[in-house]
Amino acid sequence: MSTRVLAPRRSRRLRIPIIWWLLAATFLIAWLLVSQYGRGDFVAPSNLNNIVERSTALGIVAVGQTFAILVGSLDLSVAYLISVTAVMASFIMQGDPSRVPLALLVVFAIGGVVGVTNGLLVTKARINPLIATLGVGLILRGLLNASFQNFAGSVPASFQYLAYGSIGPIPVPMLLFAALVAIAALTLKRTRFGAHIYAVGGDRATARLSGIRSDRVVIGAHVVTSMTAVLTGLYLASRLRSGAPWIGTDGVYDLESIAAVVVGGTVLAGGRGGVLGTVAGVLIFATLDVMFNQLGIGSYTKQVLRGLIIIAAVAIYAYRSREVVG
Amino acid sequence: MSEAVVTRTPAWKLALIGVGKVAPVFFVLLVLIVWITILNPRFIEPTFFLNFLRRSAPLMILAAGQLFVVVSGGFDLSQGSLVTLTVLAGALLAFGDPATTWWVILVLYGIGLLVGVFNGSVTSFLRVPSFITTLGMLLTLKGIALLWTGGAPRGSLPDNFRAFGRATIDDVPVLGRLPWAVIILVLLAAFFIYLFHRTVLGKHALAVGDNQRAAALAGINVHLVRISAFTISSLSAVTAGILLGGFSGVSINVGDGLELEAISAVVLGGAALLGGRGNMPAALAGALTLQALFTLLNFLGLPSPLRVTVQGAIIIGAVGFAAWRAVRAGHERGA
Repeated sequence: MSTRVLAPRRSRRLRIPIIWWLLAATFLIAWLLVSQYGRGDFVAPSNLNNIVERSTALGIVAVGQTFAILVGSLDLSVAYLISVTAVMASFIMQGDPSRVPLALLVVFAIGGVVGVTNGLLVTKARINPLIATLGVGLILRGLLNASFQNFAGSVPASFQYLAYGSIGPIPVPMLLFAALVAIAALTLKRTRFGAHIYAVGGDRATARLSGIRSDRVVIGAHVVTSMTAVLTGLYLASRLRSGAPWIGTDGVYDLESIAAVVVGGTVLAGGRGGVLGTVAGVLIFATLDVMFNQLGIGSYTKQVLRGLIIIAAVAIYAYRSREVVG
Repeated sequence: MSEAVVTRTPAWKLALIGVGKVAPVFFVLLVLIVWITILNPRFIEPTFFLNFLRRSAPLMILAAGQLFVVVSGGFDLSQGSLVTLTVLAGALLAFGDPATTWWVILVLYGIGLLVGVFNGSVTSFLRVPSFITTLGMLLTLKGIALLWTGGAPRGSLPDNFRAFGRATIDDVPVLGRLPWAVIILVLLAAFFIYLFHRTVLGKHALAVGDNQRAAALAGINVHLVRISAFTISSLSAVTAGILLGGFSGVSINVGDGLELEAISAVVLGGAALLGGRGNMPAALAGALTLQALFTLLNFLGLPSPLRVTVQGAIIIGAVGFAAWRAVRAGHERGA
């Protein structure tokens, strides 16, 4: 998304990416403010748990969004795919545990189709990803709203284990999220697909000339993004017991996931960044959310501050790099 | 441009070449209008058509503003929220008192100016990608609007404020009832076409979007061009808000999604996202096409949710077609 200008490479003095410093600073400031002016104990285990819980839904899809952005694309259709998944899953399950496999099969198939479609539109049809995924999102939204107006069906109690169960003291969703992050990080750092994602995101033409089938890499990244949107949809269905057509858009998962990825230090133009930064970005958002709650700050003020924080965080990166952006 | 063209090419061939050069969006628009007219012949009667133009005016003005940002290589996602803020703040400040209208409008444009200069400065000086700057602004402005009004619309817009969007001049020869909004639209469209195609600002915006470094080396003040583009976009959003407040009244989601519609309109009009290519009449036609599409889907009696689906498919189709043409014409990037 930008024209690069050659710049002298800076020596790498900091081993820890700046995002983790930002997260630590956010956390400390939140702790200080809450203990000074707020109610409740900020570092109480229940509260820390709360932070992680708030991060899970956004975190899962943001991990996927990282893949799309790393490869130089982005995905605005995730919010609607999340809604479609949650509604379809609970509609097919109808509270019957024996229908869970069928529901999973259907929603992952939908996710696959959406991901491949997004990828094909971006690569083969050469449509700008913003427009392509926006269009796909609108198509999903229309189909969904034409078929469902309200909560549809329900998930069986056993399926709610996904959102509410715990193994020992650790909640199941936290474990699953950690596993997803580990898989995603290893994929990016240790596999050929991961290396290709960075290569294609860095410079698609060069990657192709080096023998990488760049179109396939972009399509693959989009499929990953869509699959994580499906996972978020399943998690929300499990948590809410039933899916409603508005849960994806209510959470603003499209724009928020992109914001989390970019706040996490992944460059919007692609080619640089990673999943761990995204996790830190999501945790920052959740920490702020919990802090605002404990300070009794209203949701509108929260929205104003969140907007400014997104801009400020990205300004910090931009200030540190010497890149010309669009 | 002023030299006479000496040529032996027959006139019909020239005409064909001329037709080939017209942006495809105009043909799409023509097809849609003919289709709507077949379904409802009264559509092209002056009164109905002017009413259609009136409804299209806000989106067309938004698209015109958005075009400046898009050709210079950015996005303005904050337009829709600024429309909402304009309407809500206007109602709150005026509180139904007609005497306040003029200074309220002044204040609203002041807010628009601030937003535009902020977007442009953060993008230029802090080097934050405009997608993120204006995304943050989208959240912030909506938050400010809700915070200011306490979450629900308060106050109301006085009649002389609403006149811009809803009043008409009656008994005009041939045209019948002429809405103020259409007059405003025509004047602004002429102004935007002049600004984009006949002033140095328009050329500079294109140059910056095409190759920022080359533009800077050629002596263009890139920062100033960027900030101007964002300011034009924000001011157009305030204008669209004033018109929308006039005929759709005050609500907290009046501007939701308008920024994406404006971007779609601009792209339908053949502009390349990421900059360097764009055309003002085609962008205006793109907005009109989108509005005609909504009207057509309405006449076809499609259930309203499915209209969104068709809209999505058509945006993809149109942009895909534009990309195919661009690639065929030798532009590497598509659209």
